[in-house]
Amino acid sequence: MSRPKNQSYKGHGLSKGKEREQRASIRFKTTLMNTVMDVLHNRPGWVEVKDEGEWDFYWCDVSCLRENFDHTYMDDHVRISHFRNHYELTRKNYMVKNLKRFRRQLEREAGKPEAAKCDFFPKTFEMPSEYHLFVEEFRKHPGITWIMKPVARSQGKGIFLFRRLKDITDWRQDTRSSDDQKDELPVENYVAQRYIENPYLIGGRKFDLRVYVLVMSYLPLRAWLYRDGFARFSNTRFTLSSIDDQYVHLTNVAVQKMSPDYHPKKGCKWMLQHFRQYLASKHGPQVVEALFSDMDNIFIKSLQSVQKVIISDKHCFELYGYDILIDQDLKPWLLEVNASPSLTASSQEDYELKTCLLEDTLHVVDMEARLTGKEKRVGGFDLMWNDGPVSREEGAPDLPGMGNFVTNTHLGMQGRWEAVSMIGKTSCSNCSAPFSPRRKLPVDPGMEDRGSGSCHPALSLPDSCQRTSQHSSPSLQAGSTFAG
Amino acid sequence: MKCHRPRVGPGRPFSSCWRPVPAAWRARAGEMLQEESDLSLLIAQIVQKLKGSNLYAQLERQAWASLQRPEIRLESLKEDIKEFFKISGWEKKLQNAVYSELNVYPLPSHPAAPPEHLKEPLVYMRKAQGSWEKRILKSLNSMCTELSIPLARKRPVGQQKELLNKWNEMGTDEPDLSLFRPVYAPKDFLEVLINLRNPNYENGDSLSFRTHLGLIQVPLKVKDIPELKECFVELGLNIGQLGIDDSTQVPPEFFENEHVRIGQKVLAEQDSAAAQQYIRQGSPTALRAELWALILNISSQPEDLLYYEQLKTNVIQHDLLVDSLIYKDVKLTASNDDYYFVFEDYLYQVLLCFSRDTSVLGHFAYNSASPPKSYIRGKLGLEEYAVFYPPNGVIPFHGFSMYVAPLCFLYHEPYKLYQTFREMYVRFFFRLHSISSHPSGIVSLCLLFETLLQTYLPQLFYHLREIGAQPLRISFKWMVRAFSGYLATDQLLLLWDRILGYNSLEVLAVLAAAVFAFRAVNLMEVTSLAAAEAVLADLSTLKVMPLLQIFLFATVT
Repeated sequence: MSRPKNQSYKGHGLSKGKEREQRASIRFKTTLMNTVMDVLHNRPGWVEVKDEGEWDFYWCDVSCLRENFDHTYMDDHVRISHFRNHYELTRKNYMVKNLKRFRRQLEREAGKPEAAKCDFFPKTFEMPSEYHLFVEEFRKHPGITWIMKPVARSQGKGIFLFRRLKDITDWRQDTRSSDDQKDELPVENYVAQRYIENPYLIGGRKFDLRVYVLVMSYLPLRAWLYRDGFARFSNTRFTLSSIDDQYVHLTNVAVQKMSPDYHPKKGCKWMLQHFRQYLASKHGPQVVEALFSDMDNIFIKSLQSVQKVIISDKHCFELYGYDILIDQDLKPWLLEVNASPSLTASSQEDYELKTCLLEDTLHVVDMEARLTGKEKRVGGFDLMWNDGPVSREEGAPDLPGMGNFVTNTHLGMQGRWEAVSMIGKTSCSNCSAPFSPRRKLPVDPGMEDRGSGSCHPALSLPDSCQRTSQHSSPSLQAGSTFAG
Repeated sequence: MKCHRPRVGPGRPFSSCWRPVPAAWRARAGEMLQEESDLSLLIAQIVQKLKGSNLYAQLERQAWASLQRPEIRLESLKEDIKEFFKISGWEKKLQNAVYSELNVYPLPSHPAAPPEHLKEPLVYMRKAQGSWEKRILKSLNSMCTELSIPLARKRPVGQQKELLNKWNEMGTDEPDLSLFRPVYAPKDFLEVLINLRNPNYENGDSLSFRTHLGLIQVPLKVKDIPELKECFVELGLNIGQLGIDDSTQVPPEFFENEHVRIGQKVLAEQDSAAAQQYIRQGSPTALRAELWALILNISSQPEDLLYYEQLKTNVIQHDLLVDSLIYKDVKLTASNDDYYFVFEDYLYQVLLCFSRDTSVLGHFAYNSASPPKSYIRGKLGLEEYAVFYPPNGVIPFHGFSMYVAPLCFLYHEPYKLYQTFREMYVRFFFRLHSISSHPSGIVSLCLLFETLLQTYLPQLFYHLREIGAQPLRISFKWMVRAFSGYLATDQLLLLWDRILGYNSLEVLAVLAAAVFAFRAVNLMEVTSLAAAEAVLADLSTLKVMPLLQIFLFATVT
């Protein structure tokens, strides 16, 4: 279990990283000033480049993507944090279009039951192009609530609910006659989406789930699922009678922050483990398993739906923030996918989560070329899809439908919060630093690189040694002496 | 409330006390005679208690109704009805009710002993509790006068309607509570306990090996580790535990699956005693709500819902001063908690009803505390105009709502949540804020904690004492709140499983000591109370069961 990890690195580190041997450091560039910056700065051997300097790694905004792809030649080793046409998945109208097309394709190729697995998004129409289709649907089901969302904005901006057609005709006029400077821009696109009227409530509050998925490649599809995430609660109580009150309906933290009774200290999030545990105590473990495997299906199907559309580029990776809503029948619904999930932390716990998320993302991106490529788990990320489903079993051939195939997903299971083995050694023998309990990861049976799994959470040794200052827990050192 | 089962049928399934005592038992005749008279006294007491209960009426109705059945014959009437009760499950219900009585009520004392001995046998403890209550009341009264708010008033109809409408979202209300302050906080209470003295016991200045270096200076018998080991034998290293054996690399087939299967069987049997024994190894998350209800003998019948609705009506009709205290407490504690903020509304729905529930008064028969009385205006001191205030006799303090918060994880319907909380309160939680000599009382817990540290980690204890960081000053708040709000919820529920399983709060003191032991190395390095507090500030990453197990069973003693 605790084979010294250094050896296992050396082998493949040499072979794979030969061409990079000359480069002593990794030059990074970022346009973001939040947690991303902190994490990149703290990464050993990484140095920032400003302005026009050459870079190896660029964590950029989606807005400055174009100039990079159009005007830069990229070396093999270079990585950039978005796919060129990421909007195929992350703009609401494109996502729906792609999913609808994928569904039709599945129905042709694999039949209705398989296609039905794509029914995880509410009925959606593009506005204004599908306005007439929408009106038809609207008339067919009078009395239901619809939600209008601008396709390209995020964080809950510009969203409203309506039940009468008049509401949106008014709105169309409003947007047209609004300030003149907008005239040169095309009419902003919206989607009208059937509003889910029976959300699952906890303590009378509505919530949605934020889950992180890291895509390293689309051809073949290679995607990692992060174990941690959170449930975001609406601050006010859910009732359909007050559809004007957008605070009730939107669980976006960005909106919540504007709410008059938002209490910054309070926060309004639960860690996913907490949510999962809550559900287990209410409905039993089987129900929870089913729900989470439905969610796995959402991630995979949505990625597959854009697999052929997204311009495949080995320089690109992308960290998506999935927004999932759960209804009272415990069916998960995909609300949207964000290409630039908010990485600005709202609280200490949030900061820790996002720091770990980013660090682990960097471990997977692996600029340092330390991975063997056979890992099923790196830090809090589990390999969920590798040109096919990935089994949780160690070393087993990844063939689904053979006996008891268990997918390698651990969403909301104990991740970084894992218990620290009381009897085993609790500090790293390499750096003799006690490491924070929140960073301790259990040895994953599915993890190829077992040596590293048993001690340091991710593969970077020096990194972990440094990190302890951030949340150094005295408990662990004490524990080792106590136990021993 | 003892660790071991009550004397009847120790360690045996409950039903054994209904069977004739086997002949072999009669060997120690003299002792048995005493036990038998105890037993008959106990039976008489339980019969007395149950006669007034709902269950009694139901049984009677069932018995009458059963007469219509063909299998009940006149010549063997008694036997046939007994058989009918057994088959129809009513016998089990009766057993559970008796078992519940045995768990809650102390054994009958000598018939000549006055009733206050049932509350608390030691005079100085009773006196201390009495004067503590006076202080609380004085503080409450002065707040009333300062703010010129009555203790209780009827709400105008408009307000009643308003409250009814927002019953499910009381948390959205932001009343101005800046003038209210909690009546007391755990640390005020700690000061009282520190000053407790037994007048018959002169400690003197001379140090001896018996000298207690801690803050609690009253001599009470507390368990040492060998005794604790015997008491918590099911927590031993070679016994499967939820909270350990489910979270490590052990495949679930070895313990977890089997444990869940047994749990389902226990639930199917509806046997309180079996459930209590079972839960000592921890409850599977999915079964916990039902198991706890079974152990606490909560039925959740339609009449229970009705009862809750009645309490709700009382809340809506009358405005009490304690309501503001409850609001304030929830806002100060649970609403700011990372886990529990979601349940804010439930907390009001439970706590406001709780303050109106006069059935809670029953627990003062065995609680050293007494419900405060208030008098109708102008009739001060006239007993016939006295009412208990608040109606349940319990004045909430800072952190009170944290007793309810974790239960929100288990129960969805407010009335079930309510029932569970009330049962937990009258069985356990009241002991955490009344002065008594009971082994589960807070005084004994403090003493147990200090004794464990002083005995098994003397260096640490001495070091902390020298730097002015008496360990109890840090751990007291954990114990008063039964660790609620300090541990992660899953861990807290595993801990409370054991409280229910052993019908004892002693595990709280053991855990507090184990936490100190776990962080001993770091604590040895600190040089101030603040630094020691910082080391112990975050318990949310701790795993309860490994800590307890190692402290009890793997420490060299």
